[in-house]
Amino acid sequence: MKRKLEVSELIFKILSYTLLTVFALCCLYPFVYAVSAAISGRAAVDYGEIVLLPKNIQFDAFRRMFNDNMFWNSYSNTLFLTLYGTLWALGYSILGAYALSKRRLLFRKFFNFFLVFTMWFSAGLVPQYLNYLDTKEIFNAIGIVDDKWLVVIAMGMAAMNIILLRNAFEGVPSEIEEAAIVDGASEFQVLSQVYIPMSKSTIATVALFFGISRWNGYFWARQMISNANEHPLQVFIRLKLEQFTDPEAMAGWNEVYASDSVIYALIVCSIVPILIIYPFIQKYFAKGVNVGGVKE
Amino acid sequence: MKAKAADYLIYDEASGRYRESPEQAVRDDVEKHYWLHVGRTILKDWRLYLMLVPMILVFLFWRYFPMYELLGSFKVSDEVKPVSQQLFSGFSYFKRLLVGGDTLSTEFWRALRNTFLLSFYGLCFGFPMPIILALFFNEIKSNIARSVYQVLTYLPKFMSTVVMTSLVTMLVKQGSLTSGMGIVSQFLANMGWISRDVANAGLLNNPNFFRSIYQISGIWEGAGYDSIVFFAAIIAISPTSYEAAQIDGAGKMAQMRYVVLPSILSTIVIMLITRIGSLLNIGYEKVLLLYNTNTYVTADVVSTFAQRYGLAGAAKGIASAAEMMNNVIGMLLVIGANTIARKASDVSLY
Repeated sequence: MKRKLEVSELIFKILSYTLLTVFALCCLYPFVYAVSAAISGRAAVDYGEIVLLPKNIQFDAFRRMFNDNMFWNSYSNTLFLTLYGTLWALGYSILGAYALSKRRLLFRKFFNFFLVFTMWFSAGLVPQYLNYLDTKEIFNAIGIVDDKWLVVIAMGMAAMNIILLRNAFEGVPSEIEEAAIVDGASEFQVLSQVYIPMSKSTIATVALFFGISRWNGYFWARQMISNANEHPLQVFIRLKLEQFTDPEAMAGWNEVYASDSVIYALIVCSIVPILIIYPFIQKYFAKGVNVGGVKE
Repeated sequence: MKAKAADYLIYDEASGRYRESPEQAVRDDVEKHYWLHVGRTILKDWRLYLMLVPMILVFLFWRYFPMYELLGSFKVSDEVKPVSQQLFSGFSYFKRLLVGGDTLSTEFWRALRNTFLLSFYGLCFGFPMPIILALFFNEIKSNIARSVYQVLTYLPKFMSTVVMTSLVTMLVKQGSLTSGMGIVSQFLANMGWISRDVANAGLLNNPNFFRSIYQISGIWEGAGYDSIVFFAAIIAISPTSYEAAQIDGAGKMAQMRYVVLPSILSTIVIMLITRIGSLLNIGYEKVLLLYNTNTYVTADVVSTFAQRYGLAGAAKGIASAAEMMNNVIGMLLVIGANTIARKASDVSLY
């Protein structure tokens, strides 16, 4: 009896180690391949000789990328959109969530529904597009001609993030707030001195969510930003991909590296910064899923 | 609470008559001058209400005002006039999409079917994967080894949709005179799973492969990250439960069946219901970035249909009518799923 138990457990253990290893390698392989293909010589890439390790190493594809002003430009645009977009969205979300967390707020149910309804129903691409066009006109009329600001202010709101913040604020013990009020704190002081420090980790998680959606934002940035100098990184990558995977456009390619290497170099360049900050944000990432799983 | 006469009236000993209680007088006053009362409360607490204003404005401007543009799906499209001045066309766009009998209506039905099928296959193949991964993670007792596995499997999640689709495009790209096919196509062709000609023509140009590519890349990207929530539920199980099951002679399968599964069932149900609720809200970006004219047959979903006709083309009314139908059904699914979740488990999602 005892032996049989061990066998079934051992089989499962071996099975899980094997399959996990296979899956983890599948997850890792495309990245390794991308790096190898980006730094391999032209013939090796074009004839599909790269399997894992690079051949005839060259760094010209990377050099081409780094010498491209538009690349750095798109990087700085993405940083701009991510930084300002996150700050703006986090700002009004914290204020709104704080007000919604108060039981004494009149029409609280209505305001909650106002938010939640946007999660259930969205008007769709065409109405949103027409609406953004109107917004653009208004922005131009008041003298904001950079489309970047339109993307920062008008896009990327998420009712879910506000609800996460509201739930965190509701969890702050009311005694602490009362003590602060007795000490003469105003509403804004209560928020900034009591609520924000006490829900730091949720705020970090929500900021991360906003930041990621901004960093990854592609569709509306491409639709609404007309000036190529203001394109963020994602749009830049996509345009390059469309250009470089067109066989006719690439027919006259005569460099020492393959045209594919440029795309792989670009992909690597866009992932590396995230990998660098990954260890710092990982715990908030994991926390976000658990908070997001079950709500009030 | 049952109302008593004493709540409203007080017997006045001195005059020997009944008079209104002062509390009721306040209540009456509040009722009579309800909006005045509301105004006073807001004025007294204006800081709190001021905090709501930016959020309300943002959602009003860019989430609710677009809904006004939905009126365009009942009106004759006009490039110049704003939607308020266009002529009403009634339900003609809806009728044309649903029973028009022309290519537009065929494409719409195809898009609706594809939307549903992509989500449904995601439910069948994409949904169980994180659970299986979480079960496997649980088998690894060494913390360091587990962390290594987890970090590796979360890795693809950190790419944006554009980078992920670019990578997928490159891995299965077509071969041409100057360059060979993508490495994954090569692998599949060498294994003999697909013919070399098919692989060389580019898997993304072949409608038969779109759904598989979409699902496999979805699993590759999200399974590791989605397993976090299930893994959290599994490690919450007390070790004594396993010990008790072992003493009762339960093998690994029996432990799975009688210890692990019941413990994570509520998480699975909640996740499943969320998934069913968003069956029609498929992310348009990924499809938009992966599909092309050759694969419309299996790849075109309602939002990309709307994008093609409404944003790239000029049929704004028809496009927004198509998406509106999709989104209304989607909303009903979300509300239905949420109601079931509340009834079934006392946990609602919103």
